[in-house]
Amino acid sequence: MTADAQSAEASADPSRGTRLSFSAVAISVVWIAIAVVLAMTTGPFDLAVVDVGKQLLDGLPFIEIDSGLTTTERAIVTQIRLPRVALGLMVGATLSLSGAAYQGAFRNPLADPYLLGIAAGAGLGATIAITEGLGDGRGAFDAVPLAAFAGGLIAVWFSYAAGHIGGRSPVSLILAGVAVASFLTACQTYVLQANSDVIREVYTWILGRVSTSGWGEPLLLLPYFVVTLLVVLRYGRALDVLAVGDEEAASLGIRPQRVRVIVVIAASLGAAAAVAVTGLIGFVGIIVPHTVRLLFGASNRIVLPLSVLFGAAFMVAADLVARTIMSPAELPIGVVTAFVGAPFFAVVLRASRRYVW
Amino acid sequence: MKKLFALLLVMAMFAVACGDDETVVEPVAETPAEDPPADRIVSLSATATEILFAIGAGDLVVAVDSYSNYPDYGPITDLQAFTPNVEAIASYEPDLVVMQTTAVAAELEALGITVIQRDAPADFSGVYAQIEELGRATGFIAQAAELVLEMETEITDLQADLPDADGLTYYHELGTDLYSLTSSTFVGEIYGLFGLTNIADGADPDGALGGYPQLSEEFILGANPDLIFLADTIFAEQNAATIAARPGWGDLTAVQGGAVVELDDDVASRWGPRVVAFAEAIADVLAEVTAAA
Repeated sequence: MTADAQSAEASADPSRGTRLSFSAVAISVVWIAIAVVLAMTTGPFDLAVVDVGKQLLDGLPFIEIDSGLTTTERAIVTQIRLPRVALGLMVGATLSLSGAAYQGAFRNPLADPYLLGIAAGAGLGATIAITEGLGDGRGAFDAVPLAAFAGGLIAVWFSYAAGHIGGRSPVSLILAGVAVASFLTACQTYVLQANSDVIREVYTWILGRVSTSGWGEPLLLLPYFVVTLLVVLRYGRALDVLAVGDEEAASLGIRPQRVRVIVVIAASLGAAAAVAVTGLIGFVGIIVPHTVRLLFGASNRIVLPLSVLFGAAFMVAADLVARTIMSPAELPIGVVTAFVGAPFFAVVLRASRRYVW
Repeated sequence: MKKLFALLLVMAMFAVACGDDETVVEPVAETPAEDPPADRIVSLSATATEILFAIGAGDLVVAVDSYSNYPDYGPITDLQAFTPNVEAIASYEPDLVVMQTTAVAAELEALGITVIQRDAPADFSGVYAQIEELGRATGFIAQAAELVLEMETEITDLQADLPDADGLTYYHELGTDLYSLTSSTFVGEIYGLFGLTNIADGADPDGALGGYPQLSEEFILGANPDLIFLADTIFAEQNAATIAARPGWGDLTAVQGGAVVELDDDVASRWGPRVVAFAEAIADVLAEVTAAA
């Protein structure tokens, strides 16, 4: 671990710094803007940018503008596209940030938000809710997202309990996560085999979908997103110190175990909430933080905030592809994030010679 | 790639799970004419169960799978229709097993059990052929012929009284995830009898999705169908009110005109005798809509 830690420290070398550069933030904001504008104006309804803009301004308090859109078109803008974009921004930001936080906390480049079994736990929760016919599958306060959320958090708790017994190193926690995920996936498969009539519903959920029915989903995710954001971003420096090793960190006045627990809990909370609302969207938590690291530097003080911004842009763009490439049919977003994201990441990885985790 | 593979797998499973994959029409085994009629039948197909009871062969049925819920006095067991267990089936000592999936058919035949494997047909003549086949296999030939005649007559009558519905569009909802089906499926074929146009056809023009595309909500709103048929009223508890409450859906022609039809999930996905009831539901709403217009 020490060798890894040293190389991690080396990659966060002072020449690249630990300070977030203005240009990096500006680039990410431009990407977000492009993705949002495209997402708001693309779809089966051909709506002009100007009209969409007017309609959005009209939605603000004290502003009255007639966008000239029909009632249905207004609903498309304010009740379908806008909440979907808002949800995409938050889910992308949350999953990317959680991935970056896990990677920092566990000092492991392969860590992603699903490392401690969130995906498997949420999958089992959702499968049970669907097979038991709880809820109708629409809306944020439906039984399916609630069961998925509970399942994801229970899985993390299991992993933590098991990993803690096995020892205090991050590795034992990761192994516990693998065991818990395998166990819960087996449970899910068992439930599904006995209820094969709901295979379609369950797999639709597993492959992920940033679909909304109005504002329920984005509003449900908002508080978790904010908490995760505020907590994790505060620990950028602590995670940088952690990268040199637990003992060294302790000598520098950081309590490694405490930092790790807080960061992992905050990241898990956000990831579980995101998964509950949109299903399992893979690769985002790995691809986005690593791409940011490759392009802008490995310090967590850079990686964490930029993961939020680029993750948000990436998810909105991926969702745009998911809902337009086979239009009017929809493609599950998990397919897009993996199919587009993985090769893109491979190219970035290859192009960067000095990337040392 | 893994995810893409998963998607393909899902689509395959979906086609099987829904049992409407009309491409699977090849029989696993023909029932030879000289076979004596079956007298212990296990049905692992909800549709076949409905047919067997409708032609009077219900007394021969010793076990049906967990989805065979109609008629409700059938001998329902926990046998699985899509993940069948050979030994569990064999324990009922059947001489005929009727099933939708091709899984374990060879194993059952190795045990000397006759297997009739039938998935959703492409059209009504396929439905009649399956009813007659089950009639031959059970010795209820005359009753099967009578049922077919009855269904043919009722469908013909419905078509004869058909209001001019050409040009009306419809959306058939399979689930709240907005999965739908195209005209190439058996259910789509029934709507075709009435001259209705399916809004989902453009979503799967070449049948690459097996006739079951997942639509985007915006597309449905843009298509503004004249009629909405809900085949998720039981499983997902959808109804005209929940449809009207969805953001943006309230202004749809179908919602405004009261043309949201709440179908029975099972009736709208099986190709047994109750397709007549399904066709009647379509005819009824067409009569209402055209009278109002």
